[in-house]
Amino acid sequence: MNDITTLTLTETIEAIKQKKFSEEELNKAYLKKIAIINPKINSFLKIQKNSRGIPAAIKDAILTKGIKTTAGSKILSNFVPPYNATVIDKLLEQNISVIGKTNCDEFAMGGSGENSAFRPTKNPWDLNKVTGGSSSGSAAAIAADLSVFSLGSDTGGSIRQPASLCGVVGLKPTYGRVSRYGLIPMASSLDQIGPITKSVEDAALVLDWISGADSLDANCKDAKFSFTPSRWEPKLNGLKVGIPKEYFGEGLDPKVKAVIEEAIKKLEELEAEIVEISLPHSQYALAAYYIIVPSEVSSNMGRFDGIRFGLGRENLGQEVKRRIMLGTFALSSGYYDDYYAKAAKVRTLVKQDFEKAFDPLAGGVDVIVGPVSPTTAWNLGEKIDDPLKMYLSDIYTISANLAGIPGISLPCGFSPSTSSGQARLPVGLQILGKQWDEETILRVGFAYEQATKWHLQEPELVSRVESQESRQKGNKTGF
Amino acid sequence: MNLTLDQVKHVAKLANLPLTPEEEEKYSEQLSKVLDYIEQLNSVDITNVEPTFNVTGQVNVMREDTTAGCFTQEEALSNAPKKKDGMFETKGVFEDE
Amino acid sequence: MNYEPVIGLEVHVELNTKSKMFCRCSADYFGKEPNTHTCPVCLGLPGALPYINKAAIEDCIKIGLALNCTVSERSSFERKNYFYPDLPKGYQISQYRWPLCVGGRLQVTGDRGQDVTIRINRAHQEEDTGKLTHSEGVTLIDFNRSGVPLVEIVTEPDFTDTAQVRDYAKKLQQLFRYLGVSNADMERGDMRLEANVSVRPVGQKELPNYRVELKNINSFRFMVAAIEHEIKRQIAALEKGEKLSQETRGWNEDKKSTFLQRSKEEAHDYRYFPEPDLPELKVDRLQVTVDSIKKSMPELPWDKSKRFVEELKLTEAQAKMLSETKELANFFEEAVKAGNQQEVNAITVANYIINQKVDIKTVKPSEVIEKIKSKSAGLISDARELEKLAQEAIEENPQMVEAYKKGKVTVIQAMIGSVMKKTGGKVNPNKIREILEEKLR
Repeated sequence: MNDITTLTLTETIEAIKQKKFSEEELNKAYLKKIAIINPKINSFLKIQKNSRGIPAAIKDAILTKGIKTTAGSKILSNFVPPYNATVIDKLLEQNISVIGKTNCDEFAMGGSGENSAFRPTKNPWDLNKVTGGSSSGSAAAIAADLSVFSLGSDTGGSIRQPASLCGVVGLKPTYGRVSRYGLIPMASSLDQIGPITKSVEDAALVLDWISGADSLDANCKDAKFSFTPSRWEPKLNGLKVGIPKEYFGEGLDPKVKAVIEEAIKKLEELEAEIVEISLPHSQYALAAYYIIVPSEVSSNMGRFDGIRFGLGRENLGQEVKRRIMLGTFALSSGYYDDYYAKAAKVRTLVKQDFEKAFDPLAGGVDVIVGPVSPTTAWNLGEKIDDPLKMYLSDIYTISANLAGIPGISLPCGFSPSTSSGQARLPVGLQILGKQWDEETILRVGFAYEQATKWHLQEPELVSRVESQESRQKGNKTGF
Repeated sequence: MNLTLDQVKHVAKLANLPLTPEEEEKYSEQLSKVLDYIEQLNSVDITNVEPTFNVTGQVNVMREDTTAGCFTQEEALSNAPKKKDGMFETKGVFEDE
Repeated sequence: MNYEPVIGLEVHVELNTKSKMFCRCSADYFGKEPNTHTCPVCLGLPGALPYINKAAIEDCIKIGLALNCTVSERSSFERKNYFYPDLPKGYQISQYRWPLCVGGRLQVTGDRGQDVTIRINRAHQEEDTGKLTHSEGVTLIDFNRSGVPLVEIVTEPDFTDTAQVRDYAKKLQQLFRYLGVSNADMERGDMRLEANVSVRPVGQKELPNYRVELKNINSFRFMVAAIEHEIKRQIAALEKGEKLSQETRGWNEDKKSTFLQRSKEEAHDYRYFPEPDLPELKVDRLQVTVDSIKKSMPELPWDKSKRFVEELKLTEAQAKMLSETKELANFFEEAVKAGNQQEVNAITVANYIINQKVDIKTVKPSEVIEKIKSKSAGLISDARELEKLAQEAIEENPQMVEAYKKGKVTVIQAMIGSVMKKTGGKVNPNKIREILEEKLR
């Protein structure tokens, strides 16, 4: 049979049920692959060699009891959490185990993976390119088949954008769907944990496992998501898809635009009704985001004083310090009304844009579709010293966080790399849904995925290892 | 909006961030640029718009007054760089004495 | 020039809920081993989140209602950001723009016996910090107290003398105990006072353009001394033509003077913003609870005192003394009720309890009435005396004792008769019977 690490989560569960291989063999296969590929892409910061059950890769900003958790920061380089995040406890109940902690931008602050205090994650599709971030290692690990699935966290696109740049499925649930207890926060009013997977079905299954009430997170609603794939149909039967004109303007790479337009055509073929819509306040979302996030960051980072855990504040990285500075300034005496209060009002307008677009009484759409990232993966080091340029790569993802709505990124094709012209780089399609309506975006994603099979494409780096593997196996049997 | 070097120093003090002179220079320049970008918020009409601080729509989320287990002293201190007599140790502060 | 003081007060009271404000650690931390009442939340570990304790919110509403505050329709927690080793998260979860209770008032008595109404700006909910110990050049931290619920009550600058301040603080302490929301023990730090003191020329309407904050003072007496010293210091400075500015000062009991702790330049900038981890409180949707809190509120000490004067015709002084604690007031009222059936009036009961310094822990209210009756009948009521008389009756009538022990219990009547005869009828026969029966058992 093929390399078992290429199987999706649902396929893996089925195969174990049918005793095609054991959990031990499964973990062995993944650990072996990690040993070969991880040194090339740096997706893991820590590998659990005694992994049992079904392996999951966990973003290092999510606390794992007894397993070092650094959030990609030097300041936590020795931190061993005395408790588990709620999502980890929920996964343990499902016979999932942590195969490793994945690399990320320090404290999830960054959009390229380069802000990790340890080493940058590299894109499995092209080792000279970034993975996107901040859940860089979680996306790269799935693209390279180093885990069955992974968890990331998304504050402004940190699940969807690296998923897009690495060609995997990434789901940011509705804010409040999944408990944040034990997630080292970046911006508390926007952060949400979600799965990065090899298929849309897998994302739905993981969401089923990790969602639902938690008596430790007051913002987490008693609203568990139930995975019911039997309701999903191959056609979209008149489902209304909104295309926001603001997401296709200046700044969107024409090659990415072409891929997205192709994907929209595909949705139309699947009998969706395509309508142009407007989200007029989109253009202000990024500015509001870059007040709200640093403000919350400046407060959330207050506890890192080196007294109860961790090292001193001088060990924080550049981007973290930059955001603490910006947020501290924005909240300081005399500036609150001009910055935080104003941004919170613009946030209302951004949220209302979506409410109007989705309003069923006004003939609103069922989902909104567009690009995840304005470009494909860029060169390592390209934007590192220009924070504003880096921030602009989040332009299509942050609105969903401001509004608290769910969004998914799924593979929808490739664009030749602009610089080299050789390697193909994945493009992600973003589907945004109504608050608490992950069901519809997953259903649309599933129909698209089944019709296109983009998710089955593998980076050359990985397929090369896999073919070597099978050749070796072949040799052995032939011996 | 221009963030002066003095402002950067003041903000760094508020934020309890030790910055090098180079960092102060760099942040003064970079943050001024970001603040310029943020200026565009001034062109949004926000009259009569209520702020959004929480998107869940939930209110009055409270728990009953019951207790649950705590850390042992050992667990509580497990990540402390310095400890003494069951307590966390830090350099002396005598501001309020 | 003549100056008058302008004083405002901030009182912090630690609530006696079972669990802490935002986590389920036991709030009963006093005297416990350090760092044994902590969890990720109150230790400020990364990833931990707060969750509101309903009982604390109810207690805060109780305090607000008792101080004639309006309970806000919408209320939110905010983060108060500053760095200090006793503050694990780098911020305290407190309330700023949207406090739970606003705009109350409380009547106090001034130095000339005048009634003064003190306006309450707000009563809001927040959390306590850890406790620092300083030894050998280092600071040690115990987080057992971290996250214990606190209510802060802030007045307008309405006090004009220290008698008002003292009365206000005493009344609050009494109130907290009546409501059962706190032990309000100053020494243990259950209740803490901060005063804002400034002075202005008599006749000036506007508030002074500065104020001196007096902090970390742990007794009523020291607070009064500190305020009085501060008033004198400020007047002296103004008369010398000095300009006073915003600052924080402490009290040195040895030197009997205040000292500078933090100047205006070092003043904090707390960078308040709404706590994103906690959904807001909408009290209108809590209406049932506020109503039930209102109904469950005990009669307040000053209302009780007023009723004692109006209904029971006590003097103001008596009424105040007997409403000092809820326990004493209840005792008194039960005694009055018992007295009603035996034609003993409330004033007599009040006088007896106050003059005899009745110990309400060992005596029953009905016993107070019996004693009053005995006394008014000229009967012997002293327990030891009665005891002695009974003992004599036993010793003087051995045959009767023997007969009683053999089962002829009616002989006890004759024994009682002998005591009555000996005392000229100045004993309550029932009392003597009780004692005899006890002794012969």
